[in-house]
Amino acid sequence: MSSTTPKTRTRASAFWKGVADGTPFLLVVGPFAMLFGVLATEAGLNVLETLAFSAVVFAGAAQFTALQLMQENAPTLIVLASALAVNLRVAMYSASLTPWIGAAPLWQRAIAAYFTVDQSYACSVAQFEKEPQMTVPQRMAYFFGVLTPIVPTWYISTFIGAAIGTQVPESWALDFALPITFLAMVAPMLRTAAHVVAACVAIVVSLLAAGVPYSLGLIIAGALGMIAGAQAEAIIERRKAEND
Amino acid sequence: MTEPNTLWTVIICLGLGSYFLRFAFLGIVGDRPMPKWLLRHLRYTAVAMLPAMVSPLVVWPAATGGQPDLPRMLAASATLLVGLATKNVLAAIISGAATLFGALYLLG
Repeated sequence: MSSTTPKTRTRASAFWKGVADGTPFLLVVGPFAMLFGVLATEAGLNVLETLAFSAVVFAGAAQFTALQLMQENAPTLIVLASALAVNLRVAMYSASLTPWIGAAPLWQRAIAAYFTVDQSYACSVAQFEKEPQMTVPQRMAYFFGVLTPIVPTWYISTFIGAAIGTQVPESWALDFALPITFLAMVAPMLRTAAHVVAACVAIVVSLLAAGVPYSLGLIIAGALGMIAGAQAEAIIERRKAEND
Repeated sequence: MTEPNTLWTVIICLGLGSYFLRFAFLGIVGDRPMPKWLLRHLRYTAVAMLPAMVSPLVVWPAATGGQPDLPRMLAASATLLVGLATKNVLAAIISGAATLFGALYLLG
């Protein structure tokens, strides 16, 4: 292939660019899905239930949240509300992809919606901003290119995790894999002072509210963290405007 | 842990709910602009919800019966610091895991 300038990009080259950009994420997606498989079977789910969970929900962080709260015997409504709150960020992704691919046919957008995850979102927005002359079909091809290596890995790794599940020895301290993974995901997101404020408020409130019944502490802490972040952002913007 | 019925309720409702969250904007809102205050709050969901979920697990780990545990505190700190410094998720995970195993071996 000799397509060196972005202007000559075809739908096929957009797809393969997506495959190339998505592949490094396998290093994160594989272990993350495997971890879900292991923790789900340790929590008592069978292989079929674990796989169905991963396939139907297709959102790692929300799956872990639901699993954790079910183990704490939280009421089903709280489990759902908390996991969906964790997943609110994909609504944000969906919103920010809309200007780029909102003109695609509805059936394509309906499929893309299911596959809107951290990796496909992050790669796509970066690529679309870099080459704004891409057409909508090329953008769709790129989006699905990113997913091509990731999606099968997600399913297969969940299965492997579920299959080895209960054989993992306790000395591996897998109980702590979830906190480490989530903290690792959050740290690079702390880009602005407002993000740090949101995280700090959420942490303090979550510890203070740990005793609140029905595992409601998570939702309270998350909501207050979001409000604090939004307020901090508004204050920072106002100060900037005053200084200009 | 849970009754199979509860589990399937969670799987199906969570699947539908997650799909709706993703489809809402892309499929229904389309190109229409969204209120600024809503976007402003949505921006902080991940950085608020994920730490809120993790903090109690770090401070009172289930594996030690809820007793604060130095190796786990150190591992969480290492993960956060390396993640902040490198912006690299994988490097942060590896540092956290190495710290956890190292500290469990040395301290306990």
